[in-house]
Amino acid sequence: MNTPVDITTESITLQIDDKDVSCRKGETVLQVARENGIDIPTLCYMEGLTVWGGCRLCMVEIAGSPKLQAACATVCMEGMNICTKSPRLENYRRMIVELLFAERNHVCSVCVSNGHCELQSMAVKLGIDHVRFAYRFPHLEVDNSHDRMRMDHNRCILCSRCVRVCAEVEGAHTKDIKGRGVLAAIIHDLDQNWGESSTCTSCGKCVNICPTGALTHRGTAVGEMTKKTTFLPYLTLMREAQL
Amino acid sequence: MKPEELTAMAEKARKQDAHFSHHIHVCTESGCVSSQSDVLLKNITDEVQRRGLKSKVCVKGVGCMGLCCNGPLLKADDTMYQFVKPEDAGAIVDSLASTPVAELVCDTKQPFFARQKLIVRENAGHIDPESLADCVAHGAYRALLKVLTSMTPQQVIAEVSVSGLRGRGGAGFPTGLKWATVSKAGGKTKYVICNGDEGDPGAFMDRSVMEGDPHRVLEGMAIGAYAVGAGQGIIYVRAEYPLAVKRLTRAINQARREGLLGHGLFGSNFDFNVEIRLGAGAFVCGEETALIASVEGKRGMPRPRPPYPANSGLHGCPTLINNVETFANIPAIIERGGKWFATIGTEKSKGTKIFALTGKIKNTGLIEVPMGIPLREIIYDIAGGIPDGKAFKAVQTGGPSGGCIPAEHLDITVDYESLTKLGSIMGSGGMIVMDETSNMVDVARFFMEFCMTESCGKCVPCRVGTYEMHELLDRICKRQATMADLNLLKELCDMVKQTSLCGLGQSAPNPVLSTLRYFENEYLNLIQSSPAGHTGDGDHHVALEVLS
Ligand SMILES: Cc1cc2nc3c(=O)[nH]c(=O)nc-3n(C[C@H](O)[C@H](O)[C@H](O)COP(=O)(O)O)c2cc1C
Ligand code: SF4
Ligand code: SF4
Repeated sequence: MNTPVDITTESITLQIDDKDVSCRKGETVLQVARENGIDIPTLCYMEGLTVWGGCRLCMVEIAGSPKLQAACATVCMEGMNICTKSPRLENYRRMIVELLFAERNHVCSVCVSNGHCELQSMAVKLGIDHVRFAYRFPHLEVDNSHDRMRMDHNRCILCSRCVRVCAEVEGAHTKDIKGRGVLAAIIHDLDQNWGESSTCTSCGKCVNICPTGALTHRGTAVGEMTKKTTFLPYLTLMREAQL
Repeated sequence: MKPEELTAMAEKARKQDAHFSHHIHVCTESGCVSSQSDVLLKNITDEVQRRGLKSKVCVKGVGCMGLCCNGPLLKADDTMYQFVKPEDAGAIVDSLASTPVAELVCDTKQPFFARQKLIVRENAGHIDPESLADCVAHGAYRALLKVLTSMTPQQVIAEVSVSGLRGRGGAGFPTGLKWATVSKAGGKTKYVICNGDEGDPGAFMDRSVMEGDPHRVLEGMAIGAYAVGAGQGIIYVRAEYPLAVKRLTRAINQARREGLLGHGLFGSNFDFNVEIRLGAGAFVCGEETALIASVEGKRGMPRPRPPYPANSGLHGCPTLINNVETFANIPAIIERGGKWFATIGTEKSKGTKIFALTGKIKNTGLIEVPMGIPLREIIYDIAGGIPDGKAFKAVQTGGPSGGCIPAEHLDITVDYESLTKLGSIMGSGGMIVMDETSNMVDVARFFMEFCMTESCGKCVPCRVGTYEMHELLDRICKRQATMADLNLLKELCDMVKQTSLCGLGQSAPNPVLSTLRYFENEYLNLIQSSPAGHTGDGDHHVALEVLS
């Protein structure tokens, strides 16, 4: 479920950023890089959920291939030579994050997730200090209808982590995506208010897994919303142990 | 159906046809129907009936004859008529016994017809797509019979490989290679999908094939299924093509009733069924992985490849997915041989290609030409050149994923390689011609708007990148842009092309890149004549509020 092909016991060797590494056949470049302490930035990837391949921050260069590949969706092959950092890649990554800031209304100073936001820390990490693109300033809603949780569309980056955790781990499939392009948005059931959803179990997994302040617990003030994502590796481990 | 029944069916239909001394064929495809050819067909049938000629004159609705701009088109014996109105019916019927109605005659010797080479469309204008007997009389299912009675799947794949046929859906992937890959993929259940989504603006080649010769598509799919070992086929058609859906549904029902689809075709142990799935008209659903998601009942969004559909497609099973026109080429290749097919076209691009000609040209409509034909010949001979004495400026091929080709390259040959070399693509076959009055930045903005609204929203570079590129193009068009904006646009084009997940995003910058390549001065003129243009630095420098 987690990787494009089943992981086997056969092992292979490859190079990532000039470092010789070995892995089991079937593991992705991202997994192997992280196992070896090589950081590749991601926003939509979550260990324990299916690969989405949407944020495009994990694009890497593979020697001999003219096309960049998403590390999260690329299976390692014997003798691969992968470069995860180059001026070109860093430039692309910065642009992608800038685009995310321009897309919706990310006003960090008044956000409950200020200081605990993956988008914000990604911007810091990539050294982004201004956005060159025209801000869209869309008019978006805050869904306050659920008695414990809140969805603020202004801060959603459409990473679909909430959709996947809801469908794949909780098994409720309350959330999905509607619309196309920049008009795409997270919905509950048949585009109802969250509080009126008949499938939501109020488990709160989506809130904890959301990288930004888009999904939060109610009753939190600026900077107070911290997320706990440790449940997911735990559940994944338990699930695998059962198999 | 047994093999001899097919021959008997064809014989019977041919014999019946021989009783008629005259034939009137009326185009009943979407283009002509929109100018009342359906009423015309009914009027002609009534006039024939009124004159008591029902047993002498065969009246039927047929597929597109190509010259759509002069529709409704009608063929009465050997004379073609254009701009025929429903009230002309009587005169046309009367003319059968005397001389043609001079003012309506359409010259079939003009280059528009004479320069074409018909393979996929060979029956268009001759057969009634709603009559199985008529299609069989014109050769339908003969290739399938040949395959099932005298060829192994390997031989079929070899024949298709020899033909050099390449996918007509846009990318030009070798069809034989794709079939071989699917046939080698493991697994009992395999699927065949026919991609009839056709989302490019201005393109209607696939619609015409589905409306005009639906059995040819089914036959091509059945042959493909036999070759790769699949038992179930799916035709994915956009719901905006109601007539194509109607004709295909009818064709499937007819074929099923006569045993041309179903169990043990022609006495072999090969089973094949086809069902239709309707798309809701999203351009991205033409992308194979999005199409498969849509067929599975999921949101139509692409996923990273590999795995390719050939290994893991519909419901995780190996899936052969080809374009409508690709499948429609198959029966001819099987009947006449891959070697014959390979004699047509260029070294790397074989066969013919259907193009939908639109824009600033005299003859708009559908043409089928051999690969390798000079572009100039298409524009000036077949399409009749630019109207109103204007000068040719550029032609856009490949729709929103393609690029423009300017006048200085009019002498190139039309094939996959030479179009790619000029920064455009063959695409699925749309050709939009622009004259000197067209503003190329505006053209780029138009296609970018299309990509922006059709982006599925899954990946950031395409979803927001197309929005921002459109914003920048808009600013340039409105003379509000600076050189910094142009540089930012170029940077964005590069990033979106390199990092997007699927072909839509990867090719969305193409119209901008190719207009920049050939018409950069138009961009510069707009920028230099804008009030902000001279300052040179229009960077927005909006600091992020808090990043710490
Ligand atoms: C955005 C996008 C739209 C596409 N639309 C179509 C389409 O409308 N029809 C089609 O046949 N192929 C379309 N394709 C190409 C398909 O993904 C696929 O390559 C094709 O159906 C394969 O068939 P072929 O090998 O016969 O060309 C599209 C690709 C992309 C990226
Ligand atoms: S709500 Fe959060 S988790 Fe869900 S798509 Fe938006 S940013 Fe991602
Ligand atoms: S490139 Fe565009 S259409 Fe393709 S997956 Fe990304 S957002 Fe969707």
